[in-house]
Amino acid sequence: MSDSDALKKPVPLPDADSRVYWEGANQGKFMFQRCNSCGKAQFYSRSLCSHCQGKELQWLAARGRGKVASFSVVHRAPIRAFAADVPYVVALIDMDEGFRFMCNVIHCDAQAVRIGMPVKVVFEERPGSSQKIPQVELM
Amino acid sequence: MKSKAIISGVHDTKVGALPQSTCMSLHTEAGLGAIEDAGLKVSDVDGLLTAYSFTSPQLMLGSVFAEYVGLKPRVSASISMGGVTAGLLVAQAVALVESGKCRHVLCLTGDNRLTGLGEKVQAMLADVGHPQYEQPYGMSVPAAFAQAAQAYMHEFGMTHEHMAAVAVNQRANAAKHPNAHMKKPITMEDVGNSKMVASPLRMLDCCLVSDGGAAVIVSAGDAARDLPKTAVRILGVGEGYTHEHIFMSPSLVDFGCKDSAATALGEAGLKHADVDCAHVYDCFSSTLLICLESMGFYQRGEAGGAALSGEFAIDGRFPLNTNGGLLSYGSSGAAGGMFHVVEAVRQLRRECGERQVKDAEVAFAHTLGGIFSGHCSIVLGRI
Ligand SMILES: [Zn+2]
Repeated sequence: MSDSDALKKPVPLPDADSRVYWEGANQGKFMFQRCNSCGKAQFYSRSLCSHCQGKELQWLAARGRGKVASFSVVHRAPIRAFAADVPYVVALIDMDEGFRFMCNVIHCDAQAVRIGMPVKVVFEERPGSSQKIPQVELM
Repeated sequence: MKSKAIISGVHDTKVGALPQSTCMSLHTEAGLGAIEDAGLKVSDVDGLLTAYSFTSPQLMLGSVFAEYVGLKPRVSASISMGGVTAGLLVAQAVALVESGKCRHVLCLTGDNRLTGLGEKVQAMLADVGHPQYEQPYGMSVPAAFAQAAQAYMHEFGMTHEHMAAVAVNQRANAAKHPNAHMKKPITMEDVGNSKMVASPLRMLDCCLVSDGGAAVIVSAGDAARDLPKTAVRILGVGEGYTHEHIFMSPSLVDFGCKDSAATALGEAGLKHADVDCAHVYDCFSSTLLICLESMGFYQRGEAGGAALSGEFAIDGRFPLNTNGGLLSYGSSGAAGGMFHVVEAVRQLRRECGERQVKDAEVAFAHTLGGIFSGHCSIVLGRI
């Protein structure tokens, strides 16, 4: 791996299951699926409902509000691309629509994050990539 | 009653930094050691189950090993399920001997991760994260396990001191094992002063990276009478799975270990209180406390206090990870869990010297893979 490659953060490669989600992110929308059969929300998007295996799913845009379900302040990055960011927060976010996803809590003092804090989704632009990344900020 | 399988032979290699070792040398030493320990010849082994290797990523690792040592098994498979694999090898071997397909199954693990990979190992481990939904966020394996630790502190009052007490106890146990990777005693202050990795986990809350290998031989129950050493019976085995990625886990405080332990104890016809010593996967100090409570060995919020008051010591009320565990004995990929199985067998054979748990009759071994994703519990009994 060249030096510049090693410093590049992993970029998601959208596939047939996830294209709507990642294209939505580029347009500032947090897209998720809700099952027409059982009514439950799911993250991440799939070709079927993981709750009931139903095949009819509708895409909806989330309101973009949630709470911190848990978090960790990372002091030792797993790969060099994140080394300059430490300490950074990796968190699990429970969205109001009833699903959980992982992201960073950005634009805040890492030590200030607590379980239960309300957050809102923002879309991060990263150097060298046209893919925007869903993240959250504290409200 | 079906004929219960036994463990007829065990072996583990030296662990730590073994710069001369290779994946194959560790497999060979562990495998042949276990065969010898069981009083068998290589040609007696008719089943071979191996795990996987990071340093020597083979498509057919078992086949590579069989060719290398000149073994021609009738059944051969390699299972790749992360840290839970060691338990799964034993579980599958039990099914093979109890169905009559095999008589002696070699369950074999080993990897030279420390000297073979060095710093690269952290990046390889982080690859377990989902490529679209976790890796873009810089999730390390400690950060993933820390999500549960943080939730547990919030919900059930687990503290840094509780976790540190686990690490300190296991280092003291490792000091009593001639082969342990880390034997230098540590104090509560040492754990608290060690570098933060991913809050609340500090360096001494995290397992080691070691070179090493371990193997056990699972044999048909009636082979017990021919053995040179005390046979250990496999009384019950259970597995449990709830998710792969931590953000998909239905709970941050209960995992597949709840089912795997209940199944294994149920099959054995035993209760938690019947267990004389436990050997539970401890990739992080917090993981161990959370699993003990999820499995029902302790009530919610009580395992940490038990660690602090010394209950996990070799002469304590609940002797735990008597070899020092992944935190201090060693952690070599799938072999990490197999070290626990080997130690459980040695306890029941009363071979542990100053680590010996007095009158150990029933041992409980538990392996875990992924981020609390897959679990395997094994109940072992002295015949
Ligand atoms: Zn559904």
